[in-house]
Amino acid sequence: MTDQKINNVNVQEQPKTPCPPAQDLLPQVKEPLVRMTKRGIITTKQRVIVYVVGFILALVVGALMLLAIGKNPFFAYRDMVVGSFGTAIASAETIRIAVPLLIASVAVGFAFKMKFWNIGAEGQILAGATLCSYIVVHSINNKNYISGVPLHLIMIVLAMIGGALFGFLPAFFKTKWGTNETLFTLMLNYIAIQYVIYLQSLRTWQDPMSTYPKIIDFAVFTKGSVELPRMFGVHIGWIFALIIAVIAYFYLTRTKHGYEISVVGDSLNTARYAGMNTRWIQIRTLLISGALCGFAGYLQVAGANHTLTETTAGGVGFTAITVAWLAKLNPFVMIPIAIFIAMLQKGSLFIQSTMRIPAAAADLLTGLILFFMLGSEFFIEYKLVFRSKRNVPHLEQKEVTA
Amino acid sequence: MLDTKPITVDNVVEMHHICKSFGTVQALSDVHFELRRGEILSLLGENGSGKTTLMNILSGIYFPDAGEIYVNGNLVTIRQPKDAFDLKIGMVHQHFKLVDVFSAAENIVLGLPGGRTINRRALTRHVREIADQYGFEIDPDKKVYDMSVSEKQTVEIIKALYRGADILVLDEPTAVLTPQETDKLFDIMRAMKKDNKSIILITHKLNEVLAVSDRVTVLRKGEYIDTVLTKDATIQSLTDMMVGRSVSLEIDCPVPQNVEPILKVQSLTVLNQDGGKALDDVTFGVNGGEILGIAGISGSGQRELCEAIAGLYPVTGGSILYKNVVDGHEVDENVVGLNPNDIVKKGIALAFVPEDRLGMGLVPSLNMVDNIMLKHYRKKKGFLVDRRTSREIAERLVDELQIVTPDVFTPIRKLSGGNVQKVLVGREIDTHPRLLMVAYPVRGLDINSSYTIYNLLNEQKEKGVAVIFIGEDLDVLMEISDRLLVLSGGRVTGIVDPRCTSKQDIGLLMLGQSIDNEKGADAV
Repeated sequence: MTDQKINNVNVQEQPKTPCPPAQDLLPQVKEPLVRMTKRGIITTKQRVIVYVVGFILALVVGALMLLAIGKNPFFAYRDMVVGSFGTAIASAETIRIAVPLLIASVAVGFAFKMKFWNIGAEGQILAGATLCSYIVVHSINNKNYISGVPLHLIMIVLAMIGGALFGFLPAFFKTKWGTNETLFTLMLNYIAIQYVIYLQSLRTWQDPMSTYPKIIDFAVFTKGSVELPRMFGVHIGWIFALIIAVIAYFYLTRTKHGYEISVVGDSLNTARYAGMNTRWIQIRTLLISGALCGFAGYLQVAGANHTLTETTAGGVGFTAITVAWLAKLNPFVMIPIAIFIAMLQKGSLFIQSTMRIPAAAADLLTGLILFFMLGSEFFIEYKLVFRSKRNVPHLEQKEVTA
Repeated sequence: MLDTKPITVDNVVEMHHICKSFGTVQALSDVHFELRRGEILSLLGENGSGKTTLMNILSGIYFPDAGEIYVNGNLVTIRQPKDAFDLKIGMVHQHFKLVDVFSAAENIVLGLPGGRTINRRALTRHVREIADQYGFEIDPDKKVYDMSVSEKQTVEIIKALYRGADILVLDEPTAVLTPQETDKLFDIMRAMKKDNKSIILITHKLNEVLAVSDRVTVLRKGEYIDTVLTKDATIQSLTDMMVGRSVSLEIDCPVPQNVEPILKVQSLTVLNQDGGKALDDVTFGVNGGEILGIAGISGSGQRELCEAIAGLYPVTGGSILYKNVVDGHEVDENVVGLNPNDIVKKGIALAFVPEDRLGMGLVPSLNMVDNIMLKHYRKKKGFLVDRRTSREIAERLVDELQIVTPDVFTPIRKLSGGNVQKVLVGREIDTHPRLLMVAYPVRGLDINSSYTIYNLLNEQKEKGVAVIFIGEDLDVLMEISDRLLVLSGGRVTGIVDPRCTSKQDIGLLMLGQSIDNEKGADAV
């Protein structure tokens, strides 16, 4: 194509007569088959349509995958819903998954709003869980000298300190020496996990009945004192989670701190120009972000697991990143999204057992849905323009003459 | 509407019915354009009129939504920059696209097909030939990071010529040049014209249009207005075509009244990131009720000077004394070492409109109310922000400055450049400053918005505010300033009265008089 074009161009000494478009050049007149252009204003209705289409496409692709392994996709989808919200027990279990997810999402949302890429929620949850377990273990080893409300208050404070510490470190180093917070927070995750594994081998922490390294069951050894009370079948952590989401929303939109976070996140130079102490704002926000994760860690210990394992955080810190982005960092929107993701997780566990769909396939299905949801964002920003004859007037002309 | 003339080979480029939109913005609608062989054509229009978009279409960066392009009488499709090269079209962009760590010659051959090795000697010889032919001064082995702006531009132009360009598009080439460098560039353009090359000069500076071009094509708001012969045009007629109605081009410059010193900068020295001196022993004063213009080639220390005065740039030596009133006594407050918040706490009323409006002065994704809050959100006691006051200010500014926005809750980044600047300048003036610093306040603004800004500055001056105006357009600087300070390489090369100094002399000062006397002399 190019050669031909060069030849045509090089012939500069063309006849001096008016020169209508040469016929043999016309086949070159093609616009690209598909091109992207930016959308202007998009209405809420269009936006919803894009998301719904994305969701349906995810289900269709998922169905193809299920068909490929010989399973009936309709039954699989039905079972996912039944398995997550079909019974009171199933619903309670789903909500139990959603609680730490929501809190961690709010926490990472704070940092992300400031463009501080905190991917260490996992480690911050574990740090909180670990530190609050210290007082429990200490109490158990000293004839349960603390119990009831005082125990929980101390646990909460310790958990938040633990999480905040793991938030503070990357923020301090980033603002002081410009270290990369993504790597820093990621590495802290491993430190937290390995530390829990180390604790499992300590005599004072080990379960005496167990044949493998495992930390004692706090509920048994504190005679139930560590267990959080339940409401509607779920530990009361869900109430805390909802309150946190609401407060976070107001913190971000109505307070000076929230305003500073928006400014720092959008333009660090503007924040400096306005006389903000950008260093302290970043550290302060990460302290809060970490403390919230630490609190989620406390809920996992006191509410859900009643012990500490290296899977206490269980990937929540990473899933929270997805939730935060799907919700566009809006804490209110995180509530339904956290519940939805919890439903996917619970539902895929259920179809693993009822339909013998391998765990990997169930995870793949979850991944597909998220992929399509996040992919929808592209179609909200851009639209595709296909080649059309109307745009190139003489293409039509040519067809007529030919 | 447009009469499409018959296509003759004398027209090397013809563009018909070109349309291009970005989202909801119609950048070009039904634009007509033609370029003759061996002419210099000015493409004139205000910022946002679509000049650069049209040329980006010709050089393969954008693809038009509709319309056709003829090169040498042949209908062509230009999908990518390579297609444009093949058609011998070369474009020199406003923001240079050079690899800093490469030499001039390496940049010139970058991306060209060839063997695995570069024959440097042949390359250097070829580059020299092109340079000698048209009168460029270039050292092919010099690294780009060692070059001045005008040298970089030379590399860009030779790069296009080396690729065999017969049609050369220059996008606002003089924006970064001194008067002397501009003259030299125009000579080169004339030499290329003699060699039968066709040149498109994108510009919004009218005196340049009149000085160098044969014909002028005017665009306004994405529409083709007209093409006229330069010899039949005047500054006023071209302005009227650009703006669409008659405008007065006079900038007021009232004589300063009751001047009193507000700011004294003494032996100010600051370092750049590499440890070199960005400002070297800078001393000057500004009085209330006057506008002090600061001229200089871009990167001569203007940014550092503003930021140092605003408390945003670390100062190595010297002092910045601000006349402040404490307990009824006038004192010279040294603001060196203070951050912007400390400066506010001292009660110093300083307002600063930085060069990078959306990167430093404003927060692009926040709305007007939140952006106005930036300056005073701390004043309210308590934990919550007070949006009511800022909203009142925002609504007042929209009325007073005729800011075009759907409402005060629209993110700033969705506003046009002129409106963004009105928000920023409006907010700064609303703080009732005694010292107002503005850096490149009309860059990228249309003529009307520019004059709104000039008037606002003059209003402040008449109120007794000390105004520091950092600008790039010497004509504007000379008209609006009461005194003009010239920076060159971080040093003050002169503080002159613009009413009795010639543009050429200021150009010499901009080049650093002491070293460049001779060079300046042969350019005059």
